[in-house]
Amino acid sequence: MNELPQQLANGLILGAMYGLIAIGYTMVYGIVQLINFAHGEIFMVGGFGALTVFLLLPSGVNLLYALPLMLVGAVLVAVLVGVAAERFAYRPLRGAPRLAPLITAIGLSIALQQAVWKWYPEGNKARVFPQFKGDSFTILGATVQRGDVFVLIAAPLCMIALGLFVSRTRSGRAMQATAQDPDTAKLMGINTDRIIVLAFAIGAAFAGVAAVAYGLRTGEVQFRMGFILGLKAFTAAVLGGIGNIYGAMLGGVVLGVAEALATGYVEEIPGMQQFGGGAWKDVWAFVLLILVLLLRPQGLLGERVADRA
Amino acid sequence: MLILTTAVTAGALTLTACGSRDEGSKGGEGSKTSVTIGLDAPITGELSALGLGIRNSAQLAVDNANKTGEVKGVTFKLEPLDDKAQANVGQQNATKLAGDKDVLGIVGPLNSSVAQSMQQVAQQNGVALISPANTTPDLTQGKDWKQNKRVRQFSTYFRTATTDEVQGAFDGQFAWEKGKFKNAYVIDDQKTYGAGLAASFKAQFTKLGGKVVGSEHVNPEDRDFKAVVAKVKAAKPDIVFYGGEYPAAGPLSQQLKDGGVTAPLMGGDGMYSADYIKLNKKAQGDYASSVGKPVEQLESAKKFIADYKAAGYKDRYEAYGGSTYDATWAVIQAVKKVVADNGGKLPADARKKVVDALNKVSFDGVTGHVAFDRYGDTTNTMITAYQVDQGKWVARFSAEFKKFDKAGKS
Repeated sequence: MNELPQQLANGLILGAMYGLIAIGYTMVYGIVQLINFAHGEIFMVGGFGALTVFLLLPSGVNLLYALPLMLVGAVLVAVLVGVAAERFAYRPLRGAPRLAPLITAIGLSIALQQAVWKWYPEGNKARVFPQFKGDSFTILGATVQRGDVFVLIAAPLCMIALGLFVSRTRSGRAMQATAQDPDTAKLMGINTDRIIVLAFAIGAAFAGVAAVAYGLRTGEVQFRMGFILGLKAFTAAVLGGIGNIYGAMLGGVVLGVAEALATGYVEEIPGMQQFGGGAWKDVWAFVLLILVLLLRPQGLLGERVADRA
Repeated sequence: MLILTTAVTAGALTLTACGSRDEGSKGGEGSKTSVTIGLDAPITGELSALGLGIRNSAQLAVDNANKTGEVKGVTFKLEPLDDKAQANVGQQNATKLAGDKDVLGIVGPLNSSVAQSMQQVAQQNGVALISPANTTPDLTQGKDWKQNKRVRQFSTYFRTATTDEVQGAFDGQFAWEKGKFKNAYVIDDQKTYGAGLAASFKAQFTKLGGKVVGSEHVNPEDRDFKAVVAKVKAAKPDIVFYGGEYPAAGPLSQQLKDGGVTAPLMGGDGMYSADYIKLNKKAQGDYASSVGKPVEQLESAKKFIADYKAAGYKDRYEAYGGSTYDATWAVIQAVKKVVADNGGKLPADARKKVVDALNKVSFDGVTGHVAFDRYGDTTNTMITAYQVDQGKWVARFSAEFKKFDKAGKS
């Protein structure tokens, strides 16, 4: 049996999820040059938001009907936390040296994890997330779970919507202007504070969507889930070119596929037997990142949001 | 008084130099001496289901001893600490407990990796550490046990759970002989426990004639195993063995079946938890082994189960309830002997004497006969294979490994 189509499909699905989270890193960085290391936890609380909505619904409800409501719950919680983080943790530090907001972000990340661990009912263990019942589909020789279809539809839709928003709306253009030159944008009458909040909110909303995808895929949400995924998504953002929204998505997919292929095939390269398999996939993901940065320091599509469109 | 002189060094970073300056207890007329039994387990976090079962069962043993006056003139107290399944926290807990002169024994921990960080502290302070759940052979016999160079590592360390060497071999034997599986795919999480178990399974399974059609390592934090699933599917095994714990094993099993692998997943006691089934809608037919015999089937455990129920604990006793009760009871029995030998009073060097007494302890406990061999390992090699059926773990087969293994290991 040829496992290549299967590994490619796995990589694509995983990558779409990375990409959705990476958007948040890239947008915030493009506008305020801040790496929001708490973004992984914004994704995580989104997952718990969706779970909360599901638990509040009457039991036995069809997941297909519950899903839109869960999405709303995830996005709402993530956006609230994301915007609050900007308002109370990052805004007071806007003029401060680079290191201060970075350390704050790491502190916030730990605080959010611990808050869920302590205050969410049974938040100290993995909570079961609802999943679609029924068999998987076979597409071009790859098995795709019902739950994974969600991310395959959601990710392109989110990207198209974001692309249109940035290029076609006043707010989107204001965002590009702010990314290019915040001071001049301010002089031109753009409310840069509002734009920054908007960037945080959009990034958080996408993280919320990704969290629902994650829950449907693994069947659980837990307080630590944002840490590794956040790191991976950040890697994806850098890989694609930090500050570039299309780059974030591309970087996510490249990273996801690279991981899947590394798990599947590295050990079949003669002499690489011991460096193959699932244990080494993260290593290969970061090797790829280093290679890309050596050859193209600005990332795959390395340019700024502002110069696109 | 004793209580006034308890070391105030609790929580001091790693200054384990607070030697046990035990003075003789002044068990005055009719006054009771208080003996503390420390406990270390993951009371919160992902493994809390098991940890809470451990804490409650130890509490039960202590309460029973106090109720019946098991040791005349001595009241036992349990001091439970949470290690969050983290080695560094376990070490701090060991330091804290060892610093308290009233602590004559520590029950725990759950994880072998945590035990590695606690053993040294217990040894330096001469306090007995007795685990109901550690299964890594290295903890008692040293790292060269595979070459049959077995040397006792710590004179203060004991356990009432049998080792991974025995358990993994039992699993291999069971898969081959009872499961009639020919081809196995072996996955482990690279932790002390998981890797040891998987290696031992592999050795026994291939020795009997089984074929290992592939092996993989995953990261303990991973919850997305789709890439590994594709490889397993291509290898077409009839059994997948996983060395690791249920938080990862649950999603792994589900993703295997979702990805079209029909073979059941088998694992060790780290997988044997009610939460495994909760996190995994496709658990039906999976196997897990666990040390001992299901307490529900043991004549000797009837009283334990009834008492546990009567005590009204919120959480189940889970996999290690019985072995924890026995571990705690072993400490109590050791104290009993030490007090009896000293004319009804606690001697000055109680800690050392408790360790000596533990080496000779022998009684019929909840899980069977409790005694320790020259490495500190339990002499009880009873193991049970369970299978998931209708959302519950059902015991399928129990055996003393020594008798089950006809291949006859040295």
